[in-house]
Amino acid sequence: MSETGNKIRTRRVCKEWSRRPFLSEQTNTRRFGDMALPHLDSAYNLARWLTRDDHDAQDIVQESYLRAFRSFGGFRGDNARPWLLAIVRNTCYTWLKQHRRAEVEVPYDDDIHGGEDRVDGGGGGAHDTNPEAILARLDDVRLIDEALQRLPVGYREVVVLRDIEDLSYKEIAAVAGLPIGTVMSRLARGRKLLVTHLTQLRDGGSHGM
Amino acid sequence: MECKEARALLPAHVDRELVARDAEVLDEHLRGCADCRTQRAATQSVRAAVSVHATRFRAPAELADRIGDSLVADPPRSNRTKSQFWQGAGIGAAATAALALVLGFGLTLMQPSHDDLLVDEAVANHVRALQGGHAVDVASSDQHTVKPWFNGKLDYAAPVVDLSAEGFPLVGGRLDYFEHRPVAALVYRHRLHTINVFVLPAKTGTMSAATRALNRQGFAIERWTKDGMDFWAVSDADAATLAQFRTLLMAQSTPR
Repeated sequence: MSETGNKIRTRRVCKEWSRRPFLSEQTNTRRFGDMALPHLDSAYNLARWLTRDDHDAQDIVQESYLRAFRSFGGFRGDNARPWLLAIVRNTCYTWLKQHRRAEVEVPYDDDIHGGEDRVDGGGGGAHDTNPEAILARLDDVRLIDEALQRLPVGYREVVVLRDIEDLSYKEIAAVAGLPIGTVMSRLARGRKLLVTHLTQLRDGGSHGM
Repeated sequence: MECKEARALLPAHVDRELVARDAEVLDEHLRGCADCRTQRAATQSVRAAVSVHATRFRAPAELADRIGDSLVADPPRSNRTKSQFWQGAGIGAAATAALALVLGFGLTLMQPSHDDLLVDEAVANHVRALQGGHAVDVASSDQHTVKPWFNGKLDYAAPVVDLSAEGFPLVGGRLDYFEHRPVAALVYRHRLHTINVFVLPAKTGTMSAATRALNRQGFAIERWTKDGMDFWAVSDADAATLAQFRTLLMAQSTPR
């Protein structure tokens, strides 16, 4: 279903595009390629992590590049990566709303301080949330991928953009359309949730054996 | 500063996103608070775990082709399908242009990028330094000996730190040539592995702040930008070790 929908949409976009005067677009296409293609891995990586599916990620990146090309004339600036990733991110969200509505309707508590108090409240140092200890005992690092996949998408995207794509808070704020404070609190909470999932996966794994 | 405030700032501190003043106040607090230090270590290790171990998916090769095709799909004011179009006997100006574009896209993809060439250069420099047995011009694990040695040899001051305590002792420094200019090369040792770090002023507007881990000819490469300097680290150590080295160096090379 999703695939067909995307194909139809993509085809429509192509058609709209092709009505433009072709030759005048030539240099523009070339310029766009030079600017956008070096970021293809980043674009795909983000879409792949947000959709958790190779096929859907490819469709989304292709559509994002078409959208980016159409609005390329309006792009001003020397850092194309966040601009491009913002388009990929929005295309992903549109797709998720259509196909996996439940995933994007998770409520996020974005109050900066509240969560910190809750997680650290009472100075529970004995609580087994020390990732160093957990990671030391993990013999399969693929668990990290799995734990990351389990994060709600709003946390997953900030962790992927920061820790895998190495974007700054400011760039993440631009890509995800969030205030910097929210980026910060979601990162903090996302990383804590990641540790919780890692603990569960590790315990589940050892019980299984 | 109280713990509550410190905890709220910790994530940004670990991500090197705090302004210097806040970072100093927080460091002051951390020196006296073991609980907050534990918290910092926890955040650091989960961050490192994701950045070292989580999969960095790479776009499948055919995706670039698909995008290239769709950018030049269907010539204007024509309802013919693509294949009919290509088979058309009189290939007109539009078709020639389309073909040129398709080829252009292919070429753009196949040509090594500027960055690729730099990676090769970094590896070549690393190998040459080891082959010649001339890894260092100034041999010292003392950062206060190595750093001044570069005075008068370069038009910038590269940050030099010793990481002996962390398992990466500084061996020394030498003058190398990289990206068309003389640069500072710092040499570190980790067990039997040698790490070459090339430090040069960052060019504005290029790959800004893109930290990247790469692999070339079996060598691990880490590239990052910090405080206006580009860093390239090359080593025969494994990727995870070099990533750890980068994290340590980034954390310690902040000018005071």
